[in-house]
Amino acid sequence: MRVFVPISVGGWDRLFSRWDILAVLLILGLLVFLGEASRHLFEPLAELQRTPPSLDPANLPEYAARTTLRMLVAMALSLLFTFTYATLAAKNKQAERILVPLLDILQSVPILGFISVTVVFFMALAPGRVLGAEFAAIFAIFTSQAWNMAFSFYQSLRTVPTELIEASRNFRLSPWMSFWRVDVPFAMPQLIWNMMMSMSGSWFFVVASEAISVGNTTVTLPGVGSYIALAIEQQNLRAVGWAIGAMLVVILVYDQILFRPLVAWADRFRYEQEPGAVVPRSWVLDILRRSRIVDRTMRPFAALWRRLLLPRHPDNVEAVRRAPRTRPGWITFQLGLIVFALTAFALWQTLRFFTESITLADLGTVLLLGLATLLRVVVLIALATVVWVPIGVWVGTRPHAAVVVQPIAQFLAAFPANVLFPIVVSGIVAWQLDPNIWLSPLMILGTQWYILFNVIAGAAAIPNELRAVGANLRVRGWLWWRRIALPAVLPYYVTGAITASGGSWNASIVAEVASWGDQHLQADGLGAYIARQTDAGDFHRIVLGIAVMSLYVVVINRLFWRPLYGYAERKFRLD
Amino acid sequence: MSSLLLDIHGLRHTFPKADGGDLLVLDGIELEVTQGQIVGLLGRTGSGKSTLLRLIAGLAQPSDGSVTYLGQPVLGPAPGIAMVFQGFALFPWLTVLENVQLGLEALGLPDPEIRKRALAAIDLIGLDGYESAYPRELSGGMRQRVGFARALVVHPNILLMDEPFSALDVLTAETLRTDFLELWGDGKLPIKGVILVTHNIEEAVLMCDRILLFSNNPGRIIREIGVDLPQPRNRLDPPFRELVEKIYVAMTARTPNAPAGRQITINTVLPRVSANLFSGLIETLAAAPYNGKADLPVLADELHMEVDELFPVAEAMQMFHFAEVEGGDIKLTDIGKQFAELGTDDRKKLFQKQLLAYIPLATHIRRVLQERANHVAPKSRFLDELEDHMSTEDAEHTLRAVTAWGRYAEAFAYDDDTGMFSLENPS
Repeated sequence: MRVFVPISVGGWDRLFSRWDILAVLLILGLLVFLGEASRHLFEPLAELQRTPPSLDPANLPEYAARTTLRMLVAMALSLLFTFTYATLAAKNKQAERILVPLLDILQSVPILGFISVTVVFFMALAPGRVLGAEFAAIFAIFTSQAWNMAFSFYQSLRTVPTELIEASRNFRLSPWMSFWRVDVPFAMPQLIWNMMMSMSGSWFFVVASEAISVGNTTVTLPGVGSYIALAIEQQNLRAVGWAIGAMLVVILVYDQILFRPLVAWADRFRYEQEPGAVVPRSWVLDILRRSRIVDRTMRPFAALWRRLLLPRHPDNVEAVRRAPRTRPGWITFQLGLIVFALTAFALWQTLRFFTESITLADLGTVLLLGLATLLRVVVLIALATVVWVPIGVWVGTRPHAAVVVQPIAQFLAAFPANVLFPIVVSGIVAWQLDPNIWLSPLMILGTQWYILFNVIAGAAAIPNELRAVGANLRVRGWLWWRRIALPAVLPYYVTGAITASGGSWNASIVAEVASWGDQHLQADGLGAYIARQTDAGDFHRIVLGIAVMSLYVVVINRLFWRPLYGYAERKFRLD
Repeated sequence: MSSLLLDIHGLRHTFPKADGGDLLVLDGIELEVTQGQIVGLLGRTGSGKSTLLRLIAGLAQPSDGSVTYLGQPVLGPAPGIAMVFQGFALFPWLTVLENVQLGLEALGLPDPEIRKRALAAIDLIGLDGYESAYPRELSGGMRQRVGFARALVVHPNILLMDEPFSALDVLTAETLRTDFLELWGDGKLPIKGVILVTHNIEEAVLMCDRILLFSNNPGRIIREIGVDLPQPRNRLDPPFRELVEKIYVAMTARTPNAPAGRQITINTVLPRVSANLFSGLIETLAAAPYNGKADLPVLADELHMEVDELFPVAEAMQMFHFAEVEGGDIKLTDIGKQFAELGTDDRKKLFQKQLLAYIPLATHIRRVLQERANHVAPKSRFLDELEDHMSTEDAEHTLRAVTAWGRYAEAFAYDDDTGMFSLENPS
C-alpha cells in the first residue's frame, strides 16, 4: 500500500520559514477579502428556489446522483488546480518558495470554515438562484479535495527520474509535450491514489455543505446531505438509515466504475520495472478495453489528443535550445516588489478587519477554546493509538486477517462519519450524558481508521526475514513490541496519525455542536465557537475562529508531527 | 550419541496450493549433523533447501517426519540454533550493538552480562569501532558481520547460514568466508556445528566437510559428497577442481534421462530464459575456444554465472534441442550450430520451428488460437489449465516464459493490457 503524508515534511528540520508566514498572511487576506466582500454583497435572498425536501426514500437515488455530481465537478476543478498550481510550484523556483508553504497552510484551514465564509459570497454571485448555492457547495468540496492532490503531484514532479527528463530533452519534446508524456504519466499512480483519498474525504464535507445556514442565509440543496439534515430535524432514525444505505451504494458504485478502472489503468505508469506482486484488475476496464465500439469511438479522440501533443515548432532549434537562463535582476526585483505589496496589503486588510470589532478579550477566549479542542484531539488520538496500534499490528502480521480487515478499515475511513452523528447524539440525549465529554468521540469517529489501516500496512510490510530473526532469537512479549513491532510501524503510524489529527480538527466544527430534533448539544471548544458564529453570521468571529484553528493545526504540525515524522523516517524506515 | 547435534528423519514438507491441493517441496529428507562439521546443502532455487533450514530453526513445522535437536524434537524456535540470513535481516532502527544484544535481551540476562558478551562478539567478528553505527551506515560486508555477531553472541550449538555471502560482491564474500573459516578452524567460535545453504558449488567445496546435493521439485537429497581436503583450501588445487567437476557432473546427471524419464508436456514448468540469452550462449559456445562444447564449471567461471543462472539456460537449450547436457559438459547439437550461423530473421524462423516442435505448451497455445474463429484467447484460459498441475507462481512464470519465446519466434502475440493472446502481430 502506498502511504501519503498529508503535510509537507520535506524540510522537517526547519520549523517556520518566512514563506510560511507569508502564506499565512495571504490566506488570511483572502479569507478576509471573501468575508468582506460577502458582507457587502449580503442581502436577504427573496426567492431561493426551494423544492421542499422530503424524506421519501424514493427521492434518494436522485439526491445521491446530485451529490455525486457535485463531487465529480469538484474533482475536475481539483485536477485543473493540481495541474496548474503544482506544476508551477515544481517548475518555477521563484514560485515554489511561496506556493509550497501556501499549500501547506491551506491544508490546515478547516474546510467547514471555508464553507462558512464562502457560502454567502457565492450565493451573492448568483442572487436568488440555486446556482450560487451550488457554487458554494462545490467550492467547499473542492477545498477538501484539491490540496493533497496538488501536493502529491508536486512531489511526483520533483522526483521524475533525471533519465526520463534527459530522454525527453534528447528527443526535443516541447514543455507541453513532455508535461503530458513524461510528468503526468509518472505522477499518475500516486495522483490517482490521492484522488481516491480526496473523494473519500470530501464525503464528510458534502454532507455538511448541502444544508447550512450562515446568519440569514440558508442553503438547502437537494442531496444526501440535506436529506440527512432534514432527518435529524424530524428525528427520523429510519431515514438516517436509508441515507446511510444510499451512501454505501454510491461509494461502492463509483469505486467499481471509476476508481478501480483508473487504478488498473494507471498500473502501466508504474516506473519500477520489476513486475508488481499483484496486478490490479478491473472488470470495467477489461470490458472497455476489449470492446470494439469503445475502441472505434475513442479513436478520433485519441488522434485529436495526439495532434494536441505535437510540438508546435518541431524544426525550430531555437525553440528547443533553452540555455539555463539567468533571470535578469530587475525581474526578480519586480517579483519581490509584487509579493511585498501583496503581503503589505493583506496585512493591512487583516489588521483593519480584526481591529474593527474584535477585542483582545475575543482573541483570548478563542485561544482558550482552541486549547479545549486541542485537549480533546490529543486525548482522542492517544486513545485511538492505544486501541488501534496493537490491533493493527496483530492484524498486519497475520496475512489472512489483513486481507479481510484492511479493506474494511479503508472503507470506514472513506465513510462520512457525520452521517452517524445523529445516532450517537440521540443516545447522548436519551441517557442525558455530559456533552463536553461524550460529544468528543465524534471528532475521531471517522478519522481513527487512518491510524488503523496505516498501522496494518506498516506491520504487513515488516520483511519476513526480520520476523524470522525475532522468532529465531526468541524475542517475545514486551521486548518484541519495543524492539521490533513498534519501531517498524512508527513511520506508518505517524502518517496515519497526522491525517487523523487533521481530520479531527476539521470534524470538531460539526462534532462539538450537534442536534437531534429540537435538542441542541454543545461542548466548549473552538469548533463549537465557529459553528455558533456561523449560525449568527458574524464574519469577523468566524474568520477569527478559522484563523486560530489553522494556527493551532500549523503549529502542532510543525512542532510535533513534522519532527516526529522526520525522526521516524530517518531512523525507522526499512530500506 | 553425545556428538550427534541434529537428526532429521523422514522429513516431508508441502505448501498449500491456490486450488486447495498441496505442493510437495521436500521429500524423504534424512540428515544427521555431528559435532565439528560444516554441512552444505547445495541445490538450485526451488529445491527447498532454504525451507529445510527454516524447519530446522523451528520457524515452521514439517508436514511429516521429525527434526530432533540434542535428543529433543524441535517444535518451535529452539535455544541453541541461531541463523544468519541472506539479506542480513538487521533492524534498521537498532545500532550495531543493539542488534547484537537483541538475542541476549530475549534470554533475560542481566545488563552488564549482555553488554560484556555483545562487545566480545563484536570484537571477535571484527566490528570494533562500529558499535554505535546504524546498519544503513555500513557496507554489505560489515552488515553481514553484524549478522554473524548477532547469531554467535547467543552461543548457539548450531549455526544455520542461508546463502550468507550471496548478497555480497565477490571480494567481500571471499574475505568473510576466509575470516569465518579461520575463526572456526581455531576453535574461537562458540558453535559446534554449521549448516550452510548455498547454490555456489565452489563455496560449498571451500567451506564444507559434507555436501548434500538437492534435486528440484520436490527437493530430495540425491547425493552426499564428503570433502576431505585440508583447510585452508585452495581453489586452484587439482583435487579441489576435481571435486567441483564431480559435483557438476552429479548435478547434471539427471538431465540426460530427462527426455526419457521426464517427457516435456504441456504442464512442464518452463525456465524463464530470454531469447537473447539463448543466442548469446549459443554464439559463445559455437565460437573458439569452445567450438561447440564446454565444461560447465569452466563456462560458469568464464561467464561469471552461478549454477542458479547457468542451469536454467542449459536446461532450456536442451528442451529446444539446441544443446545436450551430460557429465558436466554442454554440447551444441547440429541445430544449435546451425542457429549460430544464421542472421536475425532466419534465427527467428528456426527458433519458431524448434519452439513449436518441442515445447508442447507453445504448440497448444497456437493450436487453440488457430481453432478459434477470431484467433484470440485470454491468458486466464491457459493459466487456469497450468494451475491444475503446478503452483500459481510456477504457472505464471511458465506462461511468461512461453509468451516471451512466442513473441521472439513470432508464433503468437500477447497484449498485456487486454490479457489476450492472438495470432496476429499488431500492424
